[in-house]
Amino acid sequence: MAISTNIWIWIAALLTLAIYSFLYKDNPFYKFAEYLLVGISIGYGISVYWHNTIITKVFNPLVYDKNFLVLIPLILGLLMFSRFFKNVAYLSRIPIAFVVGAGTGLSVPSSFEFLFKQIYATMPLKLDVGSLIIVVGVISTLVYFFFSLEHKGFVGKVSKVGITFIMVAFGAAFGYTIMARVSLFIGRIQFLLSDWLGIIK
Amino acid sequence: MKFINFINNLDKRWIYLVLALCIIIPFIFPVGFPMKTTPPVKSIYDFIEDSIPEGGVVLIGADYDPSTMAELHPMAKVIAAHALSNNLRVLFVTLYPQGAGMAQDAIDNVLREWNKSNPDNPKKLGKDITLLAYVPGVSAVVLKMGEDITQTFNEDGYGNKLSELEIMNGIKNYKDINLMVELAGSSVVLTWLIYANGRYGLKMGIGTTAVSAAEYYSYLQSKQAIGMLGGLKGAAEYEHLLGKKNVYGGRKDASIGMDAQSSAHIFFIILIILGNIAYFVKKKKEGK
Amino acid sequence: MFVRRTLPLLVSAIFGVALILQFFVPHPASKNFYNMMLDWLIIVSAFTYLIAVQSTVELHVTKIKRKVEGWQYSIIVLVSLFVTAALGIFGGAFMPTTLWMKIFPSVKPSDTTPLMYTYLYMQMPMQSTIFSLLAFYMASAAFRSFRARSFDATLLLITAGIVTLGRVPLGEFIYKGLPDVVEWILKYPNMAAQRGILIGVQLGIIATSIKIILGIERKYLGGGK
Repeated sequence: MAISTNIWIWIAALLTLAIYSFLYKDNPFYKFAEYLLVGISIGYGISVYWHNTIITKVFNPLVYDKNFLVLIPLILGLLMFSRFFKNVAYLSRIPIAFVVGAGTGLSVPSSFEFLFKQIYATMPLKLDVGSLIIVVGVISTLVYFFFSLEHKGFVGKVSKVGITFIMVAFGAAFGYTIMARVSLFIGRIQFLLSDWLGIIK
Repeated sequence: MKFINFINNLDKRWIYLVLALCIIIPFIFPVGFPMKTTPPVKSIYDFIEDSIPEGGVVLIGADYDPSTMAELHPMAKVIAAHALSNNLRVLFVTLYPQGAGMAQDAIDNVLREWNKSNPDNPKKLGKDITLLAYVPGVSAVVLKMGEDITQTFNEDGYGNKLSELEIMNGIKNYKDINLMVELAGSSVVLTWLIYANGRYGLKMGIGTTAVSAAEYYSYLQSKQAIGMLGGLKGAAEYEHLLGKKNVYGGRKDASIGMDAQSSAHIFFIILIILGNIAYFVKKKKEGK
Repeated sequence: MFVRRTLPLLVSAIFGVALILQFFVPHPASKNFYNMMLDWLIIVSAFTYLIAVQSTVELHVTKIKRKVEGWQYSIIVLVSLFVTAALGIFGGAFMPTTLWMKIFPSVKPSDTTPLMYTYLYMQMPMQSTIFSLLAFYMASAAFRSFRARSFDATLLLITAGIVTLGRVPLGEFIYKGLPDVVEWILKYPNMAAQRGILIGVQLGIIATSIKIILGIERKYLGGGK
């Protein structure tokens, strides 16, 4: 393998290095890349919205399939733009109220269902060390986060057990986080060494 | 004491440099430590390998963006390749615009690599694999798919009508999907579990960033998810399993990073130990 | 007053309650209503993104107008935003548009779109690199801040050490049983605490949802009269 001759790979590599230059110190190359990223990612988002949503879900159904039911949510959606005009800005509350209200209505029964599944899974089906750890851990963690009760006496002791479990969980999450951050850097090095410089396969 | 002062006054850029070397050197001089497969990874692999009949459908949720692609992109590619190798159909879906680009890149990559290594069993976009159009609404999209997938999206990501695509033959809703593997590093995993798995009984596996992996063990124990790929290591384990089948020639993005991952982890542990030594020595000295 | 305050609250209460009830009513009419609501939600949501875009554009336009320090960078944002959006809208998202193929007759439907070039070779490398900087910050923090100051902190650090080592092949090479130890920690003590937190959070979400439907929680409507 040899160094890339693809101009796009070079652009990608130079932008990558521009961002890493920040590790030495802040500089205009980094700033340039940072702002370029903001612009490009929004521009990309608009394009995907345009082709996949506006054309597919609004324009085609309305123009080709003559599905006029689309008009109601379309008007609701357009009302959101009223927020840019001071005297009618309050109209934008209606579509927001619809999205929030309908969204919550959809979520309540399913969230209960989900909660029951988690609680049910906590019930010990057989008596072994694992099930015991799970029951004690879940309950004591809940007690630790239950601030309406003063953490004194028995409650205090249980919440102490709770914090021990929480520390183990945070430790595990922390160990995993190290792994995650390192992986992100590995991904970039792989690109630079392989796709750009061609040092490795 | 000199050493302790040195540690306390060290410019952090030296740490940055050593970390970079810890990762670059293993790429150039690889060791290739063997690795075990963990049960959560194996159960997703086994399900795709043994429990889905030919022509079955795997749905892959690409709900990630370039910020976590180092961990999740290898998963998308290897799972899609695995499904293709068993002649299953692969549908990519995303709830975020940024995920559409990721999915498109994964599909492009897998199709190219697959057709290169298997010219006698070529796979086609729109027949064996495709990307559903990005549609906003997150939970509304997940729920609507449970009623009617074609009506949810109308088209694929490339502007073809879903009702005319060969890949959609016999697929109406979640009942016709054999497994979904959701790839994400955010709470959107919960959205899929609550609505698709909870309300419609969709069988699910999770592929997530290492940051979220510890959290998602709750869903494994409750059997809401059949398995999980956690971080780059999870992806590497999967690549290792598929590698044994010897059917796919694509680059093993995750596996070749494992040596670098090992050396960087050792460096982190050394940093924590050194930092603590400096702290305790200083504390002892001040206590005197 | 009615349109400003009462109507939005009524809208959210009516649709909220209706969709909760719908869950328990298997009648076809209820199913049709549910399907229609999902379609509406999808289309209305489409506009929320455009609102966010509008706010960003406005922010940078103001910066340029007022010549705030570093305003030149705002020009980069606006130019790259409009160029990318134009390329995407006229050139196609994942497949070249017919218009694009007419302008450039050599372009085939299977070709990569101009938008995907900006995504693959500009956005992807930059965004993933910015996030990979976290590896360096974390290394520096590991050295300076992660101290075993108390029993709890020590426990956290020891668990972190075991997981960090046990999740890579080298850890397995050092001690063969390490991956199993890690798996046990994750499956039992870790899982128990994670579930405790999860149950707490879910209860909170359900409580807030009910408050929204009842009109007690109104923050989402924003301030003002």
